[in-house]
Amino acid sequence: MLEHVELFFKSIFIDNMVFAVFLGMCSYLAVSKKVATAVGLGAAVIFVLAVTVPMNWLLDKYLLQDGALVWLGPEYADYNLSFLSFILFIATIATMVQLVEIVVEKFSPSLYNSLGIFLPLIAVNCAILGGSLFMQAREIETLGLAFNYGISSGIGWFLAILAIAAIREKIRYSNVPAPLRGLGITFIITGLMGIGFQSFGGMLTGGGEETEESTEQVNQILEPEVVVPVLEEEVVEKNTEIDEKDISYNDVKK
Amino acid sequence: MALLSKKDANLITDPLADNNPITIQVLGICSALAITAELKAAVVMAVSVMFVLAAGNVVISLMRNIIPSKIRIIVQLIVVAALVIIVDQVLKAYAYELSKTLAVFVGLIITNCIIMGRFEAFALANGPWRSFLDGIGNSLGYGVILVIVGFFRELLGSGTLFGYPVLGDPITKSGLYATGYENNGFMIIPPAALIVVGIIIWVQRSRNPALVEEN
Repeated sequence: MLEHVELFFKSIFIDNMVFAVFLGMCSYLAVSKKVATAVGLGAAVIFVLAVTVPMNWLLDKYLLQDGALVWLGPEYADYNLSFLSFILFIATIATMVQLVEIVVEKFSPSLYNSLGIFLPLIAVNCAILGGSLFMQAREIETLGLAFNYGISSGIGWFLAILAIAAIREKIRYSNVPAPLRGLGITFIITGLMGIGFQSFGGMLTGGGEETEESTEQVNQILEPEVVVPVLEEEVVEKNTEIDEKDISYNDVKK
Repeated sequence: MALLSKKDANLITDPLADNNPITIQVLGICSALAITAELKAAVVMAVSVMFVLAAGNVVISLMRNIIPSKIRIIVQLIVVAALVIIVDQVLKAYAYELSKTLAVFVGLIITNCIIMGRFEAFALANGPWRSFLDGIGNSLGYGVILVIVGFFRELLGSGTLFGYPVLGDPITKSGLYATGYENNGFMIIPPAALIVVGIIIWVQRSRNPALVEEN
Protein backbone atom coordinates (compact mmCIF):
# COMPACT_ATOMS: atom_id res chain seq x y z
CA MET A 1 0.00 0.00 0.00
CA LEU A 2 2.77 2.37 0.95
CA GLU A 3 4.54 1.99 -2.38
CA HIS A 4 1.31 3.07 -4.13
CA VAL A 5 1.19 6.28 -2.13
CA GLU A 6 4.90 6.86 -2.70
CA LEU A 7 4.64 6.28 -6.46
CA PHE A 8 1.57 8.52 -6.63
CA PHE A 9 3.22 11.54 -5.02
CA LYS A 10 6.58 10.90 -6.66
CA SER A 11 5.08 10.92 -10.17
CA ILE A 12 3.05 14.07 -9.60
CA PHE A 13 5.61 16.28 -7.91
CA ILE A 14 9.15 14.95 -8.17
CA ASP A 15 9.20 13.25 -11.57
CA ASN A 16 6.66 15.66 -13.03
CA MET A 17 6.28 14.96 -16.72
CA VAL A 18 6.67 18.59 -17.75
CA PHE A 19 9.14 20.02 -15.27
CA ALA A 20 11.51 17.11 -14.67
CA VAL A 21 11.53 15.24 -18.00
CA PHE A 22 9.90 17.72 -20.45
CA LEU A 23 7.34 15.40 -22.00
CA GLY A 24 4.35 16.75 -23.90
CA MET A 25 5.86 20.23 -24.35
CA CYS A 26 4.49 20.90 -27.85
CA SER A 27 0.82 20.62 -26.90
CA TYR A 28 1.61 22.14 -23.50
CA LEU A 29 2.83 25.29 -25.24
CA ALA A 30 0.16 25.33 -27.92
CA VAL A 31 -3.00 24.71 -25.85
CA SER A 32 -2.15 26.73 -22.75
CA LYS A 33 -3.60 30.03 -23.92
CA LYS A 34 -6.95 29.50 -22.20
CA VAL A 35 -7.68 27.65 -18.96
CA ALA A 36 -10.83 25.96 -20.33
CA THR A 37 -9.08 24.17 -23.23
CA ALA A 38 -6.11 23.39 -21.01
CA VAL A 39 -8.40 21.62 -18.53
CA GLY A 40 -10.04 19.65 -21.35
CA LEU A 41 -6.72 18.54 -22.83
CA GLY A 42 -5.31 17.70 -19.40
CA ALA A 43 -8.29 15.51 -18.60
CA ALA A 44 -7.95 13.74 -21.96
CA VAL A 45 -4.24 13.10 -21.27
CA ILE A 46 -4.99 11.64 -17.82
CA PHE A 47 -7.60 9.34 -19.32
CA VAL A 48 -5.39 8.15 -22.19
CA LEU A 49 -2.42 7.55 -19.86
CA ALA A 50 -4.61 5.66 -17.37
CA VAL A 51 -5.70 3.34 -20.18
CA THR A 52 -2.49 2.91 -22.20
CA VAL A 53 0.12 2.43 -19.44
CA PRO A 54 -1.50 -0.69 -17.90
CA MET A 55 -2.21 -2.09 -21.36
CA ASN A 56 1.41 -1.63 -22.42
CA TRP A 57 2.52 -3.10 -19.10
CA LEU A 58 0.60 -6.28 -19.96
CA LEU A 59 2.16 -6.34 -23.43
CA ASP A 60 5.60 -5.85 -21.94
CA LYS A 61 5.18 -8.54 -19.29
CA TYR A 62 3.69 -11.28 -21.44
CA LEU A 63 5.21 -10.58 -24.84
CA LEU A 64 8.21 -8.28 -24.94
CA GLN A 65 10.40 -8.77 -21.88
CA ASP A 66 13.38 -11.07 -21.75
CA GLY A 67 11.90 -14.52 -21.17
CA ALA A 68 8.33 -13.24 -21.25
CA LEU A 69 7.07 -15.87 -23.67
CA VAL A 70 7.60 -18.63 -21.14
CA TRP A 71 3.82 -19.07 -20.77
CA LEU A 72 3.68 -20.46 -24.31
CA GLY A 73 6.10 -23.22 -23.46
CA PRO A 74 9.55 -23.69 -21.88
CA GLU A 75 11.35 -23.69 -25.24
CA TYR A 76 10.41 -19.98 -25.68
CA ALA A 77 12.22 -18.85 -22.54
CA ASP A 78 15.19 -17.38 -24.44
CA TYR A 79 13.21 -15.02 -26.63
CA ASN A 80 13.72 -11.28 -26.04
CA LEU A 81 11.35 -9.21 -28.16
CA SER A 82 12.01 -5.90 -26.42
CA PHE A 83 13.23 -4.32 -29.66
CA LEU A 84 9.59 -4.41 -30.82
CA SER A 85 8.47 -2.28 -27.86
CA PHE A 86 8.36 0.98 -29.80
CA ILE A 87 6.11 -0.29 -32.58
CA LEU A 88 3.74 -2.19 -30.29
CA PHE A 89 3.45 0.63 -27.74
CA ILE A 90 2.69 3.23 -30.38
CA ALA A 91 0.14 0.89 -31.98
CA THR A 92 -1.79 0.45 -28.73
CA ILE A 93 -1.62 4.18 -28.08
CA ALA A 94 -2.95 5.06 -31.54
CA THR A 95 -5.83 2.60 -31.11
CA MET A 96 -6.73 3.83 -27.63
CA VAL A 97 -6.67 7.48 -28.72
CA GLN A 98 -9.03 6.67 -31.59
CA LEU A 99 -11.35 5.11 -29.00
CA VAL A 100 -11.12 8.13 -26.69
CA GLU A 101 -11.94 10.38 -29.66
CA ILE A 102 -15.12 8.39 -30.40
CA VAL A 103 -16.17 8.47 -26.73
CA VAL A 104 -15.55 12.22 -26.36
CA GLU A 105 -17.42 13.01 -29.57
CA LYS A 106 -20.42 11.09 -28.32
CA PHE A 107 -20.56 12.36 -24.74
CA SER A 108 -19.29 15.93 -25.00
CA PRO A 109 -19.47 17.49 -28.50
CA SER A 110 -18.50 20.94 -27.17
CA LEU A 111 -15.27 19.60 -25.69
CA TYR A 112 -14.64 17.73 -28.92
CA ASN A 113 -14.99 20.94 -30.92
CA SER A 114 -12.83 23.05 -28.63
CA LEU A 115 -10.01 20.50 -28.63
CA GLY A 116 -10.11 20.32 -32.42
CA ILE A 117 -6.95 18.86 -33.91
CA PHE A 118 -5.28 18.34 -30.54
CA LEU A 119 -7.27 15.26 -29.60
CA PRO A 120 -5.93 13.04 -32.39
CA LEU A 121 -2.55 14.71 -31.78
CA ILE A 122 -2.49 13.16 -28.29
CA ALA A 123 -1.45 9.95 -30.05
CA VAL A 124 1.90 11.52 -30.92
CA ASN A 125 2.18 13.44 -27.68
CA CYS A 126 5.52 12.47 -26.13
CA ALA A 127 3.85 12.37 -22.73
CA ILE A 128 1.78 9.32 -23.65
CA LEU A 129 4.58 7.30 -25.23
CA GLY A 130 6.95 8.59 -22.56
CA GLY A 131 4.66 7.30 -19.83
CA SER A 132 4.79 3.81 -21.28
CA LEU A 133 8.55 3.93 -21.94
CA PHE A 134 9.33 5.17 -18.44
CA MET A 135 7.06 2.44 -17.05
CA GLN A 136 9.18 -0.06 -18.97
CA ALA A 137 12.53 1.53 -18.04
CA ARG A 138 11.73 1.72 -14.33
CA GLU A 139 10.51 -1.89 -14.33
CA ILE A 140 7.25 -1.22 -12.54
CA GLU A 141 6.26 -4.43 -10.82
CA THR A 142 2.51 -4.91 -10.79
CA LEU A 143 -0.49 -3.97 -12.90
CA GLY A 144 -1.88 -1.91 -10.04
CA LEU A 145 1.32 0.11 -9.82
CA ALA A 146 1.29 0.63 -13.59
CA PHE A 147 -2.27 1.97 -13.42
CA ASN A 148 -1.24 4.18 -10.50
CA TYR A 149 1.75 5.46 -12.49
CA GLY A 150 -0.45 6.24 -15.51
CA ILE A 151 -2.96 8.25 -13.49
CA SER A 152 -0.43 10.09 -11.35
CA SER A 153 1.84 11.12 -14.23
CA GLY A 154 -1.30 12.33 -16.04
CA ILE A 155 -2.29 14.37 -12.99
CA GLY A 156 1.23 15.84 -12.89
CA TRP A 157 0.96 16.94 -16.54
CA PHE A 158 -2.53 18.29 -15.90
CA LEU A 159 -1.28 20.36 -12.95
CA ALA A 160 1.48 21.81 -15.10
CA ILE A 161 -0.70 22.84 -18.04
CA LEU A 162 -3.38 24.22 -15.72
CA ALA A 163 -0.81 26.38 -13.92
CA ILE A 164 0.78 27.77 -17.08
CA ALA A 165 -2.62 28.47 -18.69
CA ALA A 166 -3.72 30.42 -15.62
CA ILE A 167 -0.47 32.40 -15.60
CA ARG A 168 -0.61 33.12 -19.35
CA GLU A 169 -4.16 34.45 -19.02
CA LYS A 170 -2.97 36.87 -16.35
CA ILE A 171 0.24 38.09 -18.01
CA ARG A 172 -1.68 39.20 -21.07
CA TYR A 173 -2.09 42.47 -19.18
CA SER A 174 1.56 42.75 -18.14
CA ASN A 175 4.44 44.59 -19.78
CA VAL A 176 6.28 41.69 -21.36
CA PRO A 177 9.14 42.85 -23.67
CA ALA A 178 8.01 42.45 -27.28
CA PRO A 179 10.54 39.80 -28.37
CA LEU A 180 9.61 37.67 -25.37
CA ARG A 181 5.86 37.90 -25.91
CA GLY A 182 4.04 34.61 -26.21
CA LEU A 183 6.55 31.79 -26.61
CA GLY A 184 9.66 33.23 -24.96
CA ILE A 185 8.05 34.27 -21.70
CA THR A 186 6.23 30.92 -21.48
CA PHE A 187 9.55 29.10 -21.64
CA ILE A 188 11.06 31.24 -18.91
CA ILE A 189 8.01 30.95 -16.65
CA THR A 190 7.98 27.18 -17.12
CA GLY A 191 11.65 27.13 -16.14
CA LEU A 192 10.88 29.09 -12.98
CA MET A 193 8.00 26.74 -12.14
CA GLY A 194 10.39 23.84 -12.66
CA ILE A 195 12.76 25.32 -10.12
CA GLY A 196 9.83 25.66 -7.74
CA PHE A 197 8.85 22.02 -8.22
CA GLN A 198 12.41 20.98 -7.38
CA SER A 199 11.64 21.99 -3.83
CA PHE A 200 9.47 18.87 -3.56
CA GLY A 201 12.63 16.79 -3.84
CA GLY A 202 12.84 16.33 -0.10
CA MET A 203 9.30 15.04 0.19
CA LEU A 204 9.78 11.29 0.19
CA THR A 205 12.75 10.65 2.42
CA GLY A 206 10.95 8.14 4.67
CA GLY A 207 12.28 6.59 7.90
CA GLY A 208 12.22 7.85 11.52
CA GLU A 209 14.48 10.94 11.56
CA GLU A 210 12.46 12.66 8.87
CA THR A 211 13.28 16.29 9.60
CA GLU A 212 17.07 15.80 9.61
CA GLU A 213 17.05 13.78 6.43
CA SER A 214 14.74 16.14 4.59
CA THR A 215 16.95 19.15 5.32
CA GLU A 216 19.89 17.13 4.08
CA GLN A 217 18.02 16.15 0.88
CA VAL A 218 17.12 19.76 0.10
CA ASN A 219 20.69 20.91 0.75
CA GLN A 220 21.98 18.17 -1.53
CA ILE A 221 19.81 19.31 -4.39
CA LEU A 222 21.00 22.90 -4.05
CA GLU A 223 24.68 22.06 -4.09
CA PRO A 224 26.74 21.76 -7.26
CA GLU A 225 27.52 18.13 -7.91
CA VAL A 226 31.29 18.22 -7.35
CA VAL A 227 31.22 19.64 -3.84
CA VAL A 228 28.56 17.25 -2.46
CA PRO A 229 30.71 14.72 -0.50
CA VAL A 230 32.57 17.33 1.54
CA LEU A 231 29.54 19.36 2.61
CA GLU A 232 27.26 16.38 3.37
CA GLU A 233 29.25 15.41 6.47
CA GLU A 234 29.29 18.95 7.79
CA VAL A 235 25.53 19.29 7.34
CA VAL A 236 24.85 16.02 9.18
CA GLU A 237 27.07 17.09 12.08
CA LYS A 238 25.34 20.42 12.34
CA ASN A 239 21.92 18.74 12.30
CA THR A 240 22.68 16.59 15.31
CA GLU A 241 23.98 19.47 17.39
CA ILE A 242 21.80 22.44 16.49
CA ASP A 243 18.05 22.91 16.20
CA GLU A 244 17.19 22.77 12.48
CA LYS A 245 15.72 26.28 12.54
CA ASP A 246 19.24 27.65 12.89
CA ILE A 247 20.38 26.03 9.68
CA SER A 248 19.95 28.25 6.67
CA TYR A 249 21.07 27.73 3.09
CA ASN A 250 23.94 30.13 3.75
CA ASP A 251 25.54 27.57 6.01
CA VAL A 252 25.71 25.10 3.12
CA LYS A 253 27.63 27.54 0.90
CA LYS A 254 30.03 28.35 3.76
CA MET B 1 28.00 25.70 -61.34
CA ALA B 2 26.28 25.28 -58.01
CA LEU B 3 25.52 21.80 -56.74
CA LEU B 4 21.99 22.78 -55.71
CA SER B 5 19.58 25.23 -57.28
CA LYS B 6 18.70 28.31 -55.21
CA LYS B 7 15.31 26.94 -54.24
CA ASP B 8 16.84 23.67 -53.07
CA ALA B 9 19.60 25.42 -51.14
CA ASN B 10 16.91 27.42 -49.33
CA LEU B 11 15.41 24.17 -48.10
CA ILE B 12 18.59 23.68 -46.09
CA THR B 13 19.29 27.24 -44.96
CA ASP B 14 15.76 28.40 -44.02
CA PRO B 15 15.34 26.13 -41.01
CA LEU B 16 18.70 27.27 -39.69
CA ALA B 17 17.39 30.71 -38.83
CA ASP B 18 14.12 32.10 -40.08
CA ASN B 19 12.07 28.92 -40.04
CA ASN B 20 13.83 27.15 -37.19
CA PRO B 21 11.83 24.08 -36.11
CA ILE B 22 12.31 24.69 -32.39
CA THR B 23 12.14 28.42 -31.90
CA ILE B 24 9.80 29.40 -34.75
CA GLN B 25 7.73 26.37 -35.65
CA VAL B 26 7.68 25.29 -31.96
CA LEU B 27 8.22 21.61 -32.71
CA GLY B 28 10.46 18.98 -31.18
CA ILE B 29 10.89 20.76 -27.86
CA CYS B 30 10.71 17.73 -25.56
CA SER B 31 13.94 16.04 -26.48
CA ALA B 32 15.68 19.36 -27.10
CA LEU B 33 15.51 20.20 -23.41
CA ALA B 34 15.93 16.91 -21.65
CA ILE B 35 19.29 15.65 -22.88
CA THR B 36 21.27 18.86 -23.32
CA ALA B 37 23.13 18.69 -20.01
CA GLU B 38 26.01 17.12 -21.94
CA LEU B 39 27.21 18.30 -25.35
CA LYS B 40 27.99 14.77 -26.53
CA ALA B 41 24.43 13.59 -25.88
CA ALA B 42 23.05 16.65 -27.68
CA VAL B 43 25.18 15.99 -30.80
CA VAL B 44 24.27 12.27 -30.90
CA MET B 45 20.58 13.12 -30.54
CA ALA B 46 20.83 15.66 -33.38
CA VAL B 47 22.52 13.09 -35.65
CA SER B 48 19.88 10.46 -34.81
CA VAL B 49 17.06 12.85 -35.62
CA MET B 50 18.84 13.76 -38.87
CA PHE B 51 18.96 10.11 -39.93
CA VAL B 52 15.32 9.44 -39.00
CA LEU B 53 13.99 12.65 -40.57
CA ALA B 54 15.96 12.43 -43.83
CA ALA B 55 15.35 8.71 -44.38
CA GLY B 56 11.72 8.99 -43.28
CA ASN B 57 11.08 11.96 -45.55
CA VAL B 58 12.46 10.02 -48.53
CA VAL B 59 10.42 6.88 -47.75
CA ILE B 60 7.16 8.77 -47.24
CA SER B 61 7.80 10.84 -50.34
CA LEU B 62 8.35 7.71 -52.43
CA MET B 63 5.09 6.24 -51.07
CA ARG B 64 3.09 9.44 -51.17
CA ASN B 65 0.86 8.44 -54.08
CA ILE B 66 -0.13 5.06 -52.71
CA ILE B 67 -0.89 5.87 -49.06
CA PRO B 68 -4.68 6.11 -48.50
CA SER B 69 -5.48 9.37 -46.78
CA LYS B 70 -7.41 7.80 -43.90
CA ILE B 71 -4.52 5.75 -42.58
CA ARG B 72 -1.65 8.07 -43.35
CA ILE B 73 -0.89 8.86 -39.69
CA ILE B 74 -0.58 5.15 -38.94
CA VAL B 75 1.71 4.60 -41.93
CA GLN B 76 3.88 7.53 -40.85
CA LEU B 77 4.06 6.18 -37.30
CA ILE B 78 5.15 2.77 -38.52
CA VAL B 79 7.86 4.20 -40.78
CA VAL B 80 9.22 6.39 -37.97
CA ALA B 81 9.03 3.60 -35.40
CA ALA B 82 10.97 1.22 -37.66
CA LEU B 83 13.71 3.82 -38.28
CA VAL B 84 13.95 4.65 -34.57
CA ILE B 85 14.29 0.96 -33.69
CA ILE B 86 17.26 0.83 -36.08
CA VAL B 87 18.84 3.91 -34.47
CA ASP B 88 18.25 2.51 -30.99
CA GLN B 89 19.85 -0.86 -31.79
CA VAL B 90 22.84 0.81 -33.47
CA LEU B 91 23.36 3.06 -30.44
CA LYS B 92 23.08 0.14 -28.04
CA ALA B 93 25.64 -1.79 -30.09
CA TYR B 94 28.26 0.90 -30.74
CA ALA B 95 27.82 3.51 -27.98
CA TYR B 96 26.36 1.74 -24.98
CA GLU B 97 27.09 4.35 -22.29
CA LEU B 98 25.64 7.08 -24.45
CA SER B 99 22.51 5.05 -25.10
CA LYS B 100 22.11 4.79 -21.32
CA THR B 101 22.34 8.58 -20.99
CA LEU B 102 19.82 9.11 -23.77
CA ALA B 103 17.72 6.23 -22.43
CA VAL B 104 14.03 6.80 -23.09
CA PHE B 105 14.57 9.84 -25.33
CA VAL B 106 15.76 7.80 -28.30
CA GLY B 107 12.35 6.12 -28.30
CA LEU B 108 10.70 9.51 -27.96
CA ILE B 109 12.13 10.53 -31.34
CA ILE B 110 9.06 8.68 -32.66
CA THR B 111 6.78 11.30 -31.18
CA ASN B 112 9.10 14.17 -32.04
CA CYS B 113 6.70 16.65 -33.61
CA ILE B 114 9.30 17.81 -36.15
CA ILE B 115 9.28 14.44 -37.89
CA MET B 116 5.52 14.03 -38.20
CA GLY B 117 5.22 17.75 -38.91
CA ARG B 118 7.62 17.62 -41.88
CA PHE B 119 6.00 14.42 -43.22
CA GLU B 120 2.62 16.14 -43.29
CA ALA B 121 3.84 19.53 -44.46
CA PHE B 122 6.42 18.51 -47.03
CA ALA B 123 7.06 14.85 -47.81
CA LEU B 124 3.46 14.08 -48.73
CA ALA B 125 3.52 16.75 -51.42
CA ASN B 126 7.05 16.76 -52.81
CA GLY B 127 9.53 14.52 -54.59
CA PRO B 128 12.17 12.41 -52.87
CA TRP B 129 15.27 14.59 -53.51
CA ARG B 130 13.60 17.78 -52.21
CA SER B 131 12.15 15.89 -49.25
CA PHE B 132 15.63 14.60 -48.43
CA LEU B 133 17.01 18.16 -48.48
CA ASP B 134 14.11 19.41 -46.37
CA GLY B 135 14.80 16.66 -43.84
CA ILE B 136 18.48 17.57 -43.67
CA GLY B 137 17.69 21.29 -43.34
CA ASN B 138 15.18 20.91 -40.52
CA SER B 139 17.34 18.49 -38.58
CA LEU B 140 20.28 20.89 -38.94
CA GLY B 141 18.10 23.68 -37.54
CA TYR B 142 17.11 21.42 -34.67
CA GLY B 143 20.73 20.38 -34.15
CA VAL B 144 21.95 24.00 -34.02
CA ILE B 145 19.65 24.82 -31.10
CA LEU B 146 20.57 21.58 -29.31
CA VAL B 147 24.29 22.28 -29.70
CA ILE B 148 23.96 25.89 -28.47
CA VAL B 149 21.97 24.87 -25.39
CA GLY B 150 24.23 21.88 -24.71
CA PHE B 151 27.36 24.02 -25.14
CA PHE B 152 26.32 26.60 -22.56
CA ARG B 153 24.88 24.10 -20.12
CA GLU B 154 27.90 21.83 -20.11
CA LEU B 155 30.48 24.63 -20.14
CA LEU B 156 28.90 26.69 -17.38
CA GLY B 157 27.56 23.73 -15.41
CA SER B 158 30.49 21.32 -15.37
CA GLY B 159 33.38 23.23 -16.92
CA THR B 160 33.85 20.54 -19.56
CA LEU B 161 33.13 20.17 -23.26
CA PHE B 162 32.47 16.67 -24.64
CA GLY B 163 33.76 15.42 -21.30
CA TYR B 164 37.14 17.14 -21.55
CA PRO B 165 37.85 19.71 -18.79
CA VAL B 166 38.50 23.02 -20.55
CA LEU B 167 38.45 25.47 -17.67
CA GLY B 168 40.89 23.65 -15.42
CA ASP B 169 40.40 21.17 -12.63
CA PRO B 170 37.86 22.07 -9.89
CA ILE B 171 39.29 19.64 -7.33
CA THR B 172 42.92 20.78 -7.52
CA LYS B 173 41.90 24.38 -8.27
CA SER B 174 43.95 24.79 -11.45
CA GLY B 175 43.17 26.94 -14.49
CA LEU B 176 40.19 29.28 -14.12
CA TYR B 177 39.24 27.76 -10.78
CA ALA B 178 42.37 29.26 -9.19
CA THR B 179 40.72 32.70 -9.41
CA GLY B 180 37.80 31.52 -7.29
CA TYR B 181 35.44 30.59 -10.18
CA GLU B 182 32.96 27.81 -9.33
CA ASN B 183 30.80 25.67 -11.60
CA ASN B 184 27.23 26.93 -11.87
CA GLY B 185 25.16 24.04 -10.55
CA PHE B 186 21.96 25.66 -11.76
CA MET B 187 22.89 24.86 -15.36
CA ILE B 188 22.79 21.12 -14.72
CA ILE B 189 19.22 20.95 -13.45
CA PRO B 190 16.42 20.55 -16.04
CA PRO B 191 14.77 24.00 -15.72
CA ALA B 192 17.97 25.66 -16.94
CA ALA B 193 17.35 24.34 -20.46
CA LEU B 194 13.97 26.06 -20.58
CA ILE B 195 15.48 29.39 -19.57
CA VAL B 196 18.37 29.10 -22.07
CA VAL B 197 15.90 28.40 -24.91
CA GLY B 198 13.79 31.36 -23.74
CA ILE B 199 16.86 33.59 -24.01
CA ILE B 200 17.68 32.22 -27.49
CA ILE B 201 14.12 33.08 -28.58
CA TRP B 202 14.57 36.56 -27.11
CA VAL B 203 17.78 37.13 -29.07
CA GLN B 204 16.32 35.73 -32.28
CA ARG B 205 13.17 37.85 -32.17
CA SER B 206 15.07 41.00 -31.23
CA ARG B 207 17.19 40.62 -34.36
CA ASN B 208 14.19 39.90 -36.59
CA PRO B 209 11.17 42.00 -35.52
CA ALA B 210 8.93 40.29 -38.08
CA LEU B 211 8.83 37.25 -35.80
CA VAL B 212 7.40 39.06 -32.75
CA GLU B 213 3.93 37.81 -31.77
CA GLU B 214 0.96 40.16 -31.82
CA ASN B 215 -0.81 40.54 -28.48
